[in-house]
Amino acid sequence: MSKSAIEMPPKGGFSFDLCKRNEMLAQKGVNPPSFRKTGTTIVGLIFQDGVILGADTRATEGPIVCDKNCEKIHYMAPNIYCCGAGTAADTEAVTDMVSSQLQLHRYHTGRESRVVTALTLLKRHLFNYQGYVSAALVLGGVDVTGPHLHTIYPHGSTDTLPFATMGSGSLAAMAVFESKYREGLTRDEGIELVTEAICSGIFNDLGSGSNVDICVITKYMPQGGKEYLRNHLQPNPRTYTSSKGYSFPKKTEVLLTKITPLKEKVEIIEGGDAMEE
Amino acid sequence: MNFMASTQPENRLLGPQSDSQRTLYPYVTGTSVVALKYKDGILMAADMGGSYGSTLRYKSVERMKPIGKHSLLGASGEISDFQEILRYLDELILYDNMWDDGNSLGPKEVHNYLTRVMYNRRNKFNPLWNSLVLGGVKNGQKYLGMVNMIGVNFEDNHVATGFGNHLARPILRQEWHENLSFEDGVRLLEKCMRVLLYRDRSAVNKLQIAKITEEGVTISQPYSLKTYWEFSAFKNPTQGAVGSW
Repeated sequence: MSKSAIEMPPKGGFSFDLCKRNEMLAQKGVNPPSFRKTGTTIVGLIFQDGVILGADTRATEGPIVCDKNCEKIHYMAPNIYCCGAGTAADTEAVTDMVSSQLQLHRYHTGRESRVVTALTLLKRHLFNYQGYVSAALVLGGVDVTGPHLHTIYPHGSTDTLPFATMGSGSLAAMAVFESKYREGLTRDEGIELVTEAICSGIFNDLGSGSNVDICVITKYMPQGGKEYLRNHLQPNPRTYTSSKGYSFPKKTEVLLTKITPLKEKVEIIEGGDAMEE
Repeated sequence: MNFMASTQPENRLLGPQSDSQRTLYPYVTGTSVVALKYKDGILMAADMGGSYGSTLRYKSVERMKPIGKHSLLGASGEISDFQEILRYLDELILYDNMWDDGNSLGPKEVHNYLTRVMYNRRNKFNPLWNSLVLGGVKNGQKYLGMVNMIGVNFEDNHVATGFGNHLARPILRQEWHENLSFEDGVRLLEKCMRVLLYRDRSAVNKLQIAKITEEGVTISQPYSLKTYWEFSAFKNPTQGAVGSW
């Protein structure tokens, strides 16, 4: 094992040391394993009382669906939620990390978290990693300054929008939003529009599928301002399930059951002190 | 074509010298075409832009043309290849007319011819860089089909090329139904073209809508769509998040 001549203290940010070696390996045919991605449709929209976020529930590993009902709407703060598209590990890790940073910040300041705080923490982190943290996020929430909706791209750029879509199904969902969005939607109209957009992604994009998750964030609702409608719509139920259930035929009949212990001896440990605590 | 004469080695096709003999990439391109079947025939819409890379070079390109008596062809992709296809079809229709037998080529036949041409060119590694939409009515039968540059072809109730596949298809799948009236069909097409105008960078706000029925082809005069930019959130997006963008 040869060590480098000068021991540098580890600096922050991504270490690009192994990139050349990875490229060389890829050229020789040794490819790195593929990531578990959430090829996805995620959307957000601002309605008259707050923000509605929506997401599909399919997680893919290359061409295979590895999770039929995963959760893509992540908790950030009681009044802020974030949908994630891209590499599943990246979106989970980054939202968990910022969520805990927000909580510490809440303890420190004694105030409700603001959406711009989450936005800045996320974009600083993502820019620091120059796009290698492959997380595309739709961040929405309601704070003292009002409802906010932002999109955050893997390289760290952000947009502030009244309606937004991300993921592989974003074009299908955006087609629905561009033709049907208007200002001053009510809660039910907003939920219906978000459901329609996600369904458009589910049925027209191969990377999205299964069910629709919705999260409604407002100031006025009884449950502290938010409503998490997990599996709000399930347009892809299992067909052809047998009503009788499965019964496996008995191939071998059991005639006699006899249990013979292999060892009869029981050892007694004397003088052992009872554990304290 | 005599096969005996082509004794050149196969790798000549992929060498640097032969690159001038085949299409490598498109230069002047048209963006999406959207079409659907309605009660009396086919409705097709295409904008009039011809982009040269990222420049909008030509703003009055007619990308839909009538073919014979019964068909309407719309094309996206390389404009020069579209003009070449029109010449091939011209010759085809001419020879058909010369038979003078009272029969004329319908949309299904023209579509089949185009599929063969496109697929053959692709096999020679020299494609016609287009996605074509062929619609028509003959003897009361409506037909709407699509061929693209690799020879994939199919027939459907509504088709779109290019970006229209991603943006217009979902809308058409949800809102198309049998026996649309002319006004409903135009409204649906305009809805699709408006979304394309908002979200496709090579779209222009000058489009034509063409209609083909048993009576014949009508291509409308160019006109533009109304767009809406007055969302209050667009006017001052960072009102609540001062300092971000």
